[in-house]
Amino acid sequence: MSFLDASEMTGGYGKADILHGCTLTVDKGQIAVIVGPNGAGKSTAMKAVFGMLPLRGGSVTLDGADITALSPQDRVKKGMGFVPQVNNVFPTMSVEENLEMGAFIRDDDFRDTMEQVYTLFPILKDKRRQNAGELSGGQRQQVAVGRALMTKPKLLMLDEPTAGVSPIVMDELFDRIIEVARTGISILMVEQNARQALEIADRGYVLVQGANRYTDTGKALLADPEVRRTFLGG
Amino acid sequence: MELLNALVALTNYVIIPATSYGAQLALGALGVTLIYAVLRFSNFAHGDTMAFGTGVVILVTWGLQALGVSLGPLPVALLALPVGIAATALLLLGTDRVVYRYYRGIRAAPVVLVMVSVGVMFIMNALTRFLIGVDQIDFADGERFIISARTWNQMTGMREPLTLRTTQVITVVTAALVVVALFWFLNRTRTGKSMRAFSDNEDLALLSGIDPDRVVRVTWIITAALATVAGTLYGLDKSFKAFTYFQIVLPIFASAIVGGIGNPVGAIAGGFIISFSEVGLTYAWKKVAGYLIPGWQPDGLLQLLSTDYKFAVSFVILLLVLIFRPTGIFRGKVV
Amino acid sequence: MSTSRQPGETSPLRAPLFFAILAALILLEGLTTGWNSALGILNMGLISAIMALGINLQWGTAGLFNAGAMGFLALGGLAPVLIAMPPTPGAFAAGGWGILLAFALAAAALVGAVLAWRRMSRFRGLAVVAILLLGFALYRLAFDPAVAAIEAINPSAAGNLGGLGLPTLVSWPVGALLAAGAAWVVGKTALGLRSDYLAIATLGIAEIIVAVLKNEQWLDRGVLNVNGIPRPWPVPYEIDLQSAPAFVARAESWGLDPTLASTLLVKLAFLALFLVVILLLIWASELALKSPWGRMMHAIRDNEISAAAMGKNITRRHLQVFVLGSAVIGLAGAMMISLDGQMTPASYNPLRYTFLILVMVVVGGSGSNWGSVLGGVLIWYLWVKAGDWGPDLMQAAMAPLPEGDFKSHMINSAAHMRMLLMGALLLLVLRFSPRGLLPEK
Repeated sequence: MSFLDASEMTGGYGKADILHGCTLTVDKGQIAVIVGPNGAGKSTAMKAVFGMLPLRGGSVTLDGADITALSPQDRVKKGMGFVPQVNNVFPTMSVEENLEMGAFIRDDDFRDTMEQVYTLFPILKDKRRQNAGELSGGQRQQVAVGRALMTKPKLLMLDEPTAGVSPIVMDELFDRIIEVARTGISILMVEQNARQALEIADRGYVLVQGANRYTDTGKALLADPEVRRTFLGG
Repeated sequence: MELLNALVALTNYVIIPATSYGAQLALGALGVTLIYAVLRFSNFAHGDTMAFGTGVVILVTWGLQALGVSLGPLPVALLALPVGIAATALLLLGTDRVVYRYYRGIRAAPVVLVMVSVGVMFIMNALTRFLIGVDQIDFADGERFIISARTWNQMTGMREPLTLRTTQVITVVTAALVVVALFWFLNRTRTGKSMRAFSDNEDLALLSGIDPDRVVRVTWIITAALATVAGTLYGLDKSFKAFTYFQIVLPIFASAIVGGIGNPVGAIAGGFIISFSEVGLTYAWKKVAGYLIPGWQPDGLLQLLSTDYKFAVSFVILLLVLIFRPTGIFRGKVV
Repeated sequence: MSTSRQPGETSPLRAPLFFAILAALILLEGLTTGWNSALGILNMGLISAIMALGINLQWGTAGLFNAGAMGFLALGGLAPVLIAMPPTPGAFAAGGWGILLAFALAAAALVGAVLAWRRMSRFRGLAVVAILLLGFALYRLAFDPAVAAIEAINPSAAGNLGGLGLPTLVSWPVGALLAAGAAWVVGKTALGLRSDYLAIATLGIAEIIVAVLKNEQWLDRGVLNVNGIPRPWPVPYEIDLQSAPAFVARAESWGLDPTLASTLLVKLAFLALFLVVILLLIWASELALKSPWGRMMHAIRDNEISAAAMGKNITRRHLQVFVLGSAVIGLAGAMMISLDGQMTPASYNPLRYTFLILVMVVVGGSGSNWGSVLGGVLIWYLWVKAGDWGPDLMQAAMAPLPEGDFKSHMINSAAHMRMLLMGALLLLVLRFSPRGLLPEK
């Protein structure tokens, strides 16, 4: 069984379901990427994994434990970290305070973790007294990822981390995400920049209308002419 | 010498009164702005909260005075403050539990909460009047002056009088202490930071495991302390009258908005901007002008506005800020 | 104002039932305390109902929180003074032109400041301040002597400009216009920003209007009050009725004391006049709300974001409805002063004239015109009666206690029970029945 196993998820916000038996799994230290056309339910699937969407069917297990019934806050305590797509920092608080708030549920000494975040994102150490709202888009995303890492999650979920940043910043962010995965943290992310994201993906999911259409390694999906033609623009 | 006299007159009639009034407004505006930052509505009951807290302080002061307690030169009301704060905190926590919590649960629009606070205002209004009545009450005791006009004259031999009342100094010192404590709390403690985080981004705060109920409780307790201290200082400096406290919400709101609502630094700056404008525009400048321009005796009082229009000052500043910089000077919460 | 509005599933008998209860309460008052008191409550209740209709237009139809009804009401009340009172002889000649000149100078300075702000690039802040300061100095130079001249004329009885000597009924629409003008200025600045900024701005304008009325003696004699404002057509004067033999004979044939009969007739005449105004207002408002304009207002209230997405200019619509609502409150203000026959600026109290009106609208049913009428009269009745019941209840409750400070304090405080009652009523309705007694259809 995989580290994260979200199987056959079905559900939606109102009466109409958005997800129809969607399954996502991530192994330890691996990167899983969800891609697909607009309105395919990518972000919804991620929210379902995090407990922000009521499920009518299916289950979510993390490290073998069933967490289907837990609230997002409790999932954080079980080892999930979540980086929302927008509004993912505390803008009038300094970078360091943002990280502290990330560690709010921890009662132990979290200075080590903060140092690890600073090692991963050296620019944040330089700007640690500056308010997060005053940083550039790419730096803010680093703060957001750093904040989520403060709970020492075993699974980090990122909702379109590269939305609205320049290609150079995007490459750098992907590099950092690979580094995070190398420390043994599993990554699940939704991406608009499908091609670049699949290049770093151990596993790729192509969702269409709330259901899995293609599932394979990132390399294989990139090589699949059908996938290329329909979803990656040739 | 004339210049010195002008300076003394200015200090006596403008700088000292405006500073202590500004400190009172700043404390009031801090309360309004904290509620706004965390609970996201303009609390119309804040003036009556101040009146209630002050009412309790006055009752306890009377009790202490009856027991023969004295603080020497300082007013006994300072000893009664903690009781007033505790009673007000209990009242606000109770109100939150019975009234406001429900509307948070259904995520009501801010304007609905403003209407709800009007209901709370009526009730607190009645409570305060039950408690202490509607009359004007003077409850300052202890030494009246630090520098009286006569001492000043003996000290300096100057013709122009200068007085410094004990309550004015107490106001400024207490307000400074309270503000330092508040900023220490907000910027240095875990709970204070979690309040700021909640105010910045509620969803992310929840995601980070910050307990919203705890944040709200702490906010009400701090508001109770700020309101009681502000109300007591205002009452010591001027006098207590329930209706005045109801009216003071206007300059308090103006201070909070001018500074940038939801921003504590802005609330303090706003308080002093409003108080100096109000006192400066309603002061009769004849005397100062007479010293500064020798041989000129102006016909009028050189008073820009009659004191009856002091509310107009708050209002005009408020309008100017709304027109030119709706986020306030220190960029508060979203417009 | 709840965010989810279901179509009304209330019984069609609900409104008649509540109005019947209200009628029974007024009847009871007439039978127990006297018809004079009953009609007095009813008349003031109807004026409150008109204020509530104005607030309802703003809060019920558009979700705008007006915390300054008192100001618009007081400004409307200025109209009878300026329109219906006879002019003070010589006052206009003494200072009228000076005051007009002062206002013209002030207006010119404001226009100049705005132009400077728009046209200049550098030093424009400095230029604006200089223009305003100069304008203010010139204004005072023209204004102060003119005011002194007017206030010197027969200060014990007049000391003001006086009015135009026109019929009192003319002053009612003028009152509405005055209030609308003030509302336009406030709305123009505070609308389109955060919803509660309007509340705070209106709170401020109300305090200022009342301060002006209290202090500008040349205008309305300030706290010296203006007495003897003529009654609107066709309301008669008691003294004329009592000296008319036909009326006295008619009253006696009904077994009524002529003095009492004359006061009752006067009150009934006012009542009829007020009812006509209310019905006209409701008719006009229902017509407007059923028009495309009204449907758009509802669409905006129920979902601002989607209405904005559909290209509706929300701020402009809000300004329209805010000005209209304030005009209705101004109308009520003029009517109230006509009913009282005097202008007493010191009697304007925000709890009574701003916040109590909000209670009327919410309890009656936000968005429902008939609800506002019901709420207006019912809440006014409760407000008046709670002032009587409170002390009685407290007296009874305190009876077993020995005489002393505590007992007298409690009995003296009982008058504040009505604040408690109104607060509790407002909170209970908001919480458990947010659509009020007569929900909007």
